[in-house]
Amino acid sequence: MSQAHTPSLSDPAAFEDELPDTPPRGKVAANLRRLVRHRSSRFGLAVLGVIVVLALFGQWIVPYDPLELNMGARLQPPSAAHWFGTDELGRDLLSRIVAGTRYFLLVSGVSIAIAASGGIVLGLIAAGGGRWADMIVMRVVDVMLSFPYVLLLLAVIAILGPSLTTAMVAVGTAAIPGFARLVRGEALSVRETEYVEAMRVLGAGPLRITLGTILPNIMSPIVIYASYSMPLAVLSAAALSFLGLGAQPPLPEWGAMLVQSRTFLRSAWWIVAAPGFAIFFSILGMNLLGNAIRDVLDTRTR
Amino acid sequence: MAAFLVRRLLMTIPVILGIFLVTFLMKALIPTDAVLAQYSGMVSEEKAADAIAAMRAKYGLDDPWYIQFVTYIGDVAQGDLGESIRTRQPVADEIGYRYVNTMILTASSLVVALVIGISSGIASAYWQGTWIDDLSMSIGLAGISMPAFFFGLVLIFVFAVHLQWLPVINRGGIQGLILPALSLGLIEAAPLARITRASMVQVLSQDYVRAIRAKGNPEYVVILRHALPNALLSILTILGLQIGGLLGGAFIIEVVFGWHGIGELAVKAISWRDFQITQAIILVSAITYVLINLVVDLLYAWADPRVKLG
Repeated sequence: MSQAHTPSLSDPAAFEDELPDTPPRGKVAANLRRLVRHRSSRFGLAVLGVIVVLALFGQWIVPYDPLELNMGARLQPPSAAHWFGTDELGRDLLSRIVAGTRYFLLVSGVSIAIAASGGIVLGLIAAGGGRWADMIVMRVVDVMLSFPYVLLLLAVIAILGPSLTTAMVAVGTAAIPGFARLVRGEALSVRETEYVEAMRVLGAGPLRITLGTILPNIMSPIVIYASYSMPLAVLSAAALSFLGLGAQPPLPEWGAMLVQSRTFLRSAWWIVAAPGFAIFFSILGMNLLGNAIRDVLDTRTR
Repeated sequence: MAAFLVRRLLMTIPVILGIFLVTFLMKALIPTDAVLAQYSGMVSEEKAADAIAAMRAKYGLDDPWYIQFVTYIGDVAQGDLGESIRTRQPVADEIGYRYVNTMILTASSLVVALVIGISSGIASAYWQGTWIDDLSMSIGLAGISMPAFFFGLVLIFVFAVHLQWLPVINRGGIQGLILPALSLGLIEAAPLARITRASMVQVLSQDYVRAIRAKGNPEYVVILRHALPNALLSILTILGLQIGGLLGGAFIIEVVFGWHGIGELAVKAISWRDFQITQAIILVSAITYVLINLVVDLLYAWADPRVKLG
């Protein structure tokens, strides 16, 4: 956006450059600063920071190969040699938990990318594509929302077959209708604002209005909604792996590490504790960070 | 009220048709042909071809899709959910008693969630800003971060393995119900507590509450008789959603505890590739969920005079 010349009415092209593309859009850097200072975000940022570092460099830090079997060291309780103990095949649980950080980040990223992009596209089509597009998209959304979340997941997995990829696609897809409904509602309310009206009067096309103005202006609610639905998506993906419908053993994915773990509750509780607490603390961090993001972005509660 | 009732009932019809359409489409999207899967490798190719043709004719697989769709709805309406591909038994027989079990688990968890969620929400709102509020909301945050299946395993470890108060393996009866209902109910209590707190904080700040207090009513009367009923209205609006969460959560908790419900069967059926069972379970639970939401909405209309008039 050039600020160099003043627009004149006789030069429509120059004027178009000055269309109010960036009305009350939040300042990303300022928001990030506020986020880092926020009380409840500290723990969340710390946990997720550790996860990112472990995912990037963990494989050079960990003492053992997460997939290496060692039948001589089966079911060993936590010790100096194996901080988190070993599982029924003698694999080092600490190394497996560290290796699992990659799957945690992969699932988080892929599922939210599917959910948000699908929801944004459908929501914008419903809001700006005319009556028929709106009706068709919203009826599909209504029907999808009339299924309990877990049932949608099972339906997708029944079709695609159990695997980590399927689990990510399933949790992402199941979250699309919620996003679509939110995006549609927010887009409709932004479309009625005066600056969008001004753009329309000045001759901006529907595509430019939708992508250039409406979308940037509804990013806050989208990010807030994502911060709610991301922990849920990751928890669900872990649950699917636990049920044997997601990541398959011997993959060191935390949910998959808990498959059949009930049989070890009596003899080797650490097999359950390590991946269970890994999931719990990562999701807790995600939720705390989400709370902070909402406080920073949600202007109504500020 | 009558107009609302009729409108709400009519709204249910397209949703149920949509659910039928989704489960029907699932069948079309499954890459393996159920009929082919049954015969592959079992008989000579020539016999197989005949048998497959006979089966396709029997199940109407050569009809146009809309005829198949209508037939599908008709069959389900008569209680025919198809045959299990694995056992050749009618699916309705296989899921009948399991459906009851799942509903028992869901209902008991709902009671746990409501009692714990609402009471801790009230406590938080009443002692707003004190350590009770902080504690209750921190536990709530832990609750929404805790995977239900891991919480179930922790409860088994503490109460069944360590303290030995309850059996590890479900042997039916009320004893087997306690731990699964607690794991699911306590997890779902967390969001309920948050809503109750928010709603109670708002109600408690209103003038009529001050007036009731000024008349010298004891606090428990203020809270339970006058503030809570109004706060409950906003809880009722999310109750349907909560029950959906419980129903879905039951599917996972059933596997943790070996509870013989439809969720446990659905998970098995997916790995057996017994598509008829998966499809039937998804259909039946989705319709159950829609009907529960219908009841919740009617309850809401009954409880909130504004809906009756509107």
